[in-house]
Amino acid sequence: MAWRIIEGNQALAIGAKLCRPKVIASYPITPSTHVPETISEFVADGELKADFINVESEQSAISACIGAQATGVRTFTATASQGLALMHEMLYIASGMRLPIVIGCANRALSAPINIWCDHSDTMAERDAGWLQFYAENNQEALDLVLQAYKIAENKEVLLPGMVAIDAYTLTHTFERVDVPSQAEVDRFLPPYKPLYAFLDPEKPITQGSFGTPEHYMEFKYSQQKAMEASKEIIDQVFKEFDGKFKRRYHKIEKYKADDAEILLLTMGSMSGTAKDAVDRLREKGIKVGLAKFTVFRPFPAKELIEIAKRPKVLAVVDRNISLGHKGALFSDATSALASMERRPLTVNFIIGLGGRDISPQNFYEIVEKSEKILKKGKVEKELEWIGVKKEMIP
Amino acid sequence: MIEETEFLAPGHRMCAGCGVALSARIAVNTAGKDTIVVSPTGCMEVTTTQYPETAWRVPFLHVAFENAASAASGIDSALKMLGKRENKNILVFAGDGGTFDIGLQALSGMFERGHKVTFICNDNEAYMNTGIQRCSATPYGAWTTTSPPGKYSIGESKPKKPIARIAAAHCIPYVATATIAYVADYQKKLKKALAVDGPSFIHVLAPCPSGWRFASDELIEVSRLAVQTGVFVLWEVENGEMENLKITKKIPQRKPVEEYLKTQGRFKHLFKPVLRKDVIGQIQAEIDKKFERFGL
Repeated sequence: MAWRIIEGNQALAIGAKLCRPKVIASYPITPSTHVPETISEFVADGELKADFINVESEQSAISACIGAQATGVRTFTATASQGLALMHEMLYIASGMRLPIVIGCANRALSAPINIWCDHSDTMAERDAGWLQFYAENNQEALDLVLQAYKIAENKEVLLPGMVAIDAYTLTHTFERVDVPSQAEVDRFLPPYKPLYAFLDPEKPITQGSFGTPEHYMEFKYSQQKAMEASKEIIDQVFKEFDGKFKRRYHKIEKYKADDAEILLLTMGSMSGTAKDAVDRLREKGIKVGLAKFTVFRPFPAKELIEIAKRPKVLAVVDRNISLGHKGALFSDATSALASMERRPLTVNFIIGLGGRDISPQNFYEIVEKSEKILKKGKVEKELEWIGVKKEMIP
Repeated sequence: MIEETEFLAPGHRMCAGCGVALSARIAVNTAGKDTIVVSPTGCMEVTTTQYPETAWRVPFLHVAFENAASAASGIDSALKMLGKRENKNILVFAGDGGTFDIGLQALSGMFERGHKVTFICNDNEAYMNTGIQRCSATPYGAWTTTSPPGKYSIGESKPKKPIARIAAAHCIPYVATATIAYVADYQKKLKKALAVDGPSFIHVLAPCPSGWRFASDELIEVSRLAVQTGVFVLWEVENGEMENLKITKKIPQRKPVEEYLKTQGRFKHLFKPVLRKDVIGQIQAEIDKKFERFGL
């Protein structure tokens, strides 16, 4: 184990290297490009024994990963935004074929207008694709989540692909102190990849990527859903095992000053750090505010959310994405999970930081102020609020 | 017919008289047991891999329509890393859609990166799996459901894309054209393609009785006429040397193209109700020009 000062992209690349993937297929895209650059250096220097395929598109990157993983090796790629959108069709195929591929994703806004900065629209657009989704708050989490993602994805009860998402620039290009485990430590945590069912071997010929008629298709989807459900337990086990070995404890939802909170912020990704600072300041003023950060978004940790939501009176769901025509993705899923509660908190959705608009503590003071009004009135008058939009600029 | 073991098992769901089925059978049997087959979405994939059955006695992978070449690239890399690359063939069977059109970018990438993959395009000159829609492999004058002849249309209005020449322009180790009417020629080319250390490409004319509108027992005759009339020329390019293009089946006495067109319902509007001498003449002129230009 050694401390290093690295950026989020390097954290993803080092995390991937420590997992010893045999094939990496990649296509550069801002702000994720440093990941394939770093990995290609590892391969060039012999630090990583892998074949690095410089493909001609993201679609081919994920396709080559599918081909390689179906042959029987561990694979990795990284992308962002338009690149992830170009992979869209293949993401469903990778999960339908139950290939535990892991990818790193720099969260970047989707065009148009073209924009290279952070929001979560890209990975949220893939939330139905059957992939495990992990979101990092900082570079340490970026690295750690890659190691844990492989272990969870490859579990025989799971066999689903996974993506580790890190915020564009705030993490991808920001240098932080990261505890980098040694190869030996990671080897003790993550055994070599041995495919259970997915291999292409002439000695034992099988067909992968079959044609599924209405007679069988539903059972495939049912099995994927069952695997997603099963992964909830596996995630807890792996997070616990990781803590035992590396002394860092992850939770599907991480709580911060949440136990006695009347107003609870629900956050994802790097904004959580800023929000925690805001919570500290507001606590000093006597406001009972706390935070719950979603590290895992798929499978959706509904059980944990319900438990956390029992005490607070207002849940302020902060979404760095918008499902146009409705609400933010976290809000939709959170409120649907809470629907089964007998006495559920009031819920309000705040849209923030789209296309890389800076998220400041002031934004969270505003969110909490609005939440306090809801708390006082005992009802939500406006369910969807946009934070920091310059409405005067819109004709 | 070819080998003692059939690697594409009988009982698949392909049509009687399907050129693609025959081409795939010849190819996989020539390649033998140590072969991994990759196929994009298309007729062949849906008719041979219906879950829970499979017609493939070799490992088979289907991913999507446009990416067979990328998936095959991943297999090549994975086998290398597993130390299992030696003495194994990776064979892609793609249709014309998965090669000429939607699959072209991935194919070009695979060529350029030099993966040891034999990519076979079984060309039946339209999107047959979706029900006979034109593509860039459809020949001038042909009827399809999206190039129907009418008051303002003679059928397909564009010439066929020269896919094998596009492949050869990548300077890959081996490129050839073949057809199921000349099996010995096809097999010889397959063996050369499988032997090279890098990408190889064979463009196989594989007629479709349903889409071209001919009886299923006329498959070989139609395929042979394509060569004898000069519609489809059998050639190969070795070591990326385009200037050394070699004609593998010389046609000293070319038959008029009309004889080929007449065998297929997709060209019947060129004969009835009015004989379209202009269009047929145009098709003939293009063939003549091709033969002159390439010194055939």
